[in-house]
Amino acid sequence: MLERVGLCDLDGLYSDVPKDYIYKGEYDLPAAMSEQQVRDFFEKLGEKNTKLKVLAGQGAYDHYVPAVIPYITSRSEFLTAYTPYQCEISQGTLRYIFEYQSMICRLTGLDVSNASMYDGPTAAAEALRMSLACTRKKNKLVVSTRLLENVLKVIRTYMKYGTAELVFTDDVMSAIDADVAGVIVPSIGRHGIIQDHSGLAEAVHAAGALLIEYCDPSALAVLRTPAEWGADIAVGDGQSLGIPLCYGGPYVGFMACKQEYMRKLPGRIVGQAHDAEGKRCYVLTLQAREQHIRREKATSNICSNESLMALWVTVYLSLMGPEGLRKVNELSFEGAHYLHDRLLETGKFEEAFPGKPFLKEFCLKPLVNMEKLQQALLDAGFFAALEVDGYASFCVTEKHGREELDALVNVVKELAI
Amino acid sequence: MKYYDKLIFELSRPGRSGYSLPSQEKFSSPEKWLADSFPASGKKTSSVAADGAATDEHFSAKRSCISAATPKALLRAAELPLPEVSEVDVVRHYTNLSQMNFGVDTGFYPLGSCTMKYNPKINEEIASMPAFTGLHPLQPAETVKGALEVEKSLDKALCAITGMKSFTFLPCAGAHGELTGLMLIREYHLARKDFARTKVIVPDSAHGTNPASANVCGLEIVEVKSNSRGLVDVESLKPLLGPDIAAIMMTNPNTLGLFEKEIGEIASLVHSCGALLYYDGANMNPLVGKVRPGDMGFDVLHLNLHKTFSTPHGGGGPGSGPVGVGEKLLPYLDNVHTSGFHGNFGVMLRAYAYILMLGRENVKMVGPLATLAANYVKESLKDAYKLPIDSVCKHEFVFDGLINDGGHDDVHGATTLDVAKRLLDYGFHAPTIYFPLLFHQALMIEPTESESLETLDSFIDVMHKIAEEAAEDPRILQGAPHNTPIGRPDETAAARQPVLKY
Repeated sequence: MLERVGLCDLDGLYSDVPKDYIYKGEYDLPAAMSEQQVRDFFEKLGEKNTKLKVLAGQGAYDHYVPAVIPYITSRSEFLTAYTPYQCEISQGTLRYIFEYQSMICRLTGLDVSNASMYDGPTAAAEALRMSLACTRKKNKLVVSTRLLENVLKVIRTYMKYGTAELVFTDDVMSAIDADVAGVIVPSIGRHGIIQDHSGLAEAVHAAGALLIEYCDPSALAVLRTPAEWGADIAVGDGQSLGIPLCYGGPYVGFMACKQEYMRKLPGRIVGQAHDAEGKRCYVLTLQAREQHIRREKATSNICSNESLMALWVTVYLSLMGPEGLRKVNELSFEGAHYLHDRLLETGKFEEAFPGKPFLKEFCLKPLVNMEKLQQALLDAGFFAALEVDGYASFCVTEKHGREELDALVNVVKELAI
Repeated sequence: MKYYDKLIFELSRPGRSGYSLPSQEKFSSPEKWLADSFPASGKKTSSVAADGAATDEHFSAKRSCISAATPKALLRAAELPLPEVSEVDVVRHYTNLSQMNFGVDTGFYPLGSCTMKYNPKINEEIASMPAFTGLHPLQPAETVKGALEVEKSLDKALCAITGMKSFTFLPCAGAHGELTGLMLIREYHLARKDFARTKVIVPDSAHGTNPASANVCGLEIVEVKSNSRGLVDVESLKPLLGPDIAAIMMTNPNTLGLFEKEIGEIASLVHSCGALLYYDGANMNPLVGKVRPGDMGFDVLHLNLHKTFSTPHGGGGPGSGPVGVGEKLLPYLDNVHTSGFHGNFGVMLRAYAYILMLGRENVKMVGPLATLAANYVKESLKDAYKLPIDSVCKHEFVFDGLINDGGHDDVHGATTLDVAKRLLDYGFHAPTIYFPLLFHQALMIEPTESESLETLDSFIDVMHKIAEEAAEDPRILQGAPHNTPIGRPDETAAARQPVLKY
């Protein structure tokens, strides 16, 4: 090979690199491990993590993952492909993205979905940016402080370097004025309460702004949809649709919008096409929006998406169907309300938001020391009672049975006030 | 590959399902279930889980289900038309779809600037270990010691390989890393009350994400031209530098696969004007084990773990784009929260496993072998394809189309697109086409270090054969691909009347 390139050694390949930049030191890395050593190493490392029953949410939910999903997503034809640039040999990827887009539209009730975003929080920030692009000469964004903490953090970071004015408020309705481009609210607040957006879309639209709803897509099987609330854009994290917790990622953000904003939607979009023989097929489409065409004029820089995680979601929703996803919600609801009431009975908590409707996640006001509560639960093998604004937040999914919930309640009973 | 026509929605039949969920009474442990649920146990399964306290009577009618407990105005009114299919329907459907896909495991994938190297299978096993996949991102540090050690060790390893001081793993992709890195640059200037620095210099050969990331970060883009050797023109750069420049974004080697040998002078010019140097790590592979961006004066960089560190590309993600910084930006590393939790941890696990198996001794071979493969292919094909800049390349190189495209009289010559499509017929993925924008018929080839001499030779043979076909009758290429599940689609019609959902 060297002969073909006219060199006598590998160093010759770097003859164009000034000598000062050739690294002559020893790399500060361990010597090569065998495959068996690597496996042993990570098994031992895994043992350093504590195996806990997760009854906390706040943006990451411990729903059941059907066995079919990792089996399908680990097929190397999906796993080891890249962005479907050559559509003739990428129909697998393109087809499942088209199915994913269709499912996201059906969940949210909206018209158009992109091929996925990095995660829910970045999708929220991108949606705000999109609202600026859709409404000319407006410069204000209204952000509900009922959004999850990590969503607020990412929005703050993304918006810090632009010129838009951000208004963070618990009362979005009274912050709406003629200068507002976008308003973002959650479908379920960080305290677990299902939000009532009555009249909000009307007010937002009257001001010429866009309404963005941040949703838990799993809950959309039962909750009023973004479209039904009159939202223009829906975003959220697809993790609750069968993706493992995995210490925070990879997850997948979703974004859907009304037809009229289609050409401002960031990210890849797959559309239906036909080849010369009339065979139905799928292609990356509407690429005039994207950064490799518009370069410095692009309003988003998103390029890769989270394609494999979109497949993860697509397979999950196919398995669940409308009934399965509804049942996930009913079981989670039942468990959460059971735990809520049992915890109150221990006398170690007070209601935080009496009478407010919730699904799987709820907050209680602890009468015991928060740290002691959390530690006692950890000692008993539970990750629960996450502190949110001074409250203890719990989350129950279809994975958690009565035995487990009773065991948690028993830990709380033992605590001294 | 065979054509398979169905969408999952078209397999749907009312009432069919592919899930298995417990009813409330099936919540007991498997042991208890086995002990109590045989007919001989005499217990009613519905009371198996109920140990006195936990009975269904707990729920008053008004809280028994979502619709009874929640105001109707808050509930979904519309039907939810998801597919209703059985498990075997799902498995067969997606297996059939997968068979219309080409991955690195299918064959040679010389997609320029994407570093499609082989993805070792042990890494997949590591990333699916329940001891990691079961961790909630908000768990306290003392319960995730193993995960934190992965992050810390990977940080240290990447610092060793790049010469940077520390990394953040929040970015989920390369472009996301660019954005994060530019935010860090802005943090630096803002902290110094140097508010005038609102422009960023981007070479005309840069990846399209560079100017887009800069724009998203509120920076104005100033383009610097390449010279006839395909490198950043230092003389053109000089007048652009001033008190309004925040940074220059460089890709080195650049997208032509050429090493920016004047990087030393560029770095000192940029630094002396008070700006910083950003390194786009998409092209890091040829430098692994040989050259460290930190030593070239770069202040901040991103890496693509899904390129350089062998994690699978997943059909376009999940990736991971960790951002490394030098001394100057170290104080700001925790100021930018560009993703929800800790970044794509599952991808980090795979990259760390790759580095451990590579080890200190083999890391030095990554860059040289990738570079050797690229130069070998380039030298072998330059008799048939136009090589605009004939010099030693790094991990990739760019042809500007066929030397003889077969065009004459009324017959159009074969284009780069035609060559790409014809390659699919021969069982190869196509190179990156029409990028970089510096040439009209750009064909950008990156073979990576994973490929054997036999694979490279068979690619070279096919590329020669395609060149011969073009010279003979370009229509053979123009009608390609012929052997794939579908032929070339009408993309214009698809964009004019978009159908974006079923």
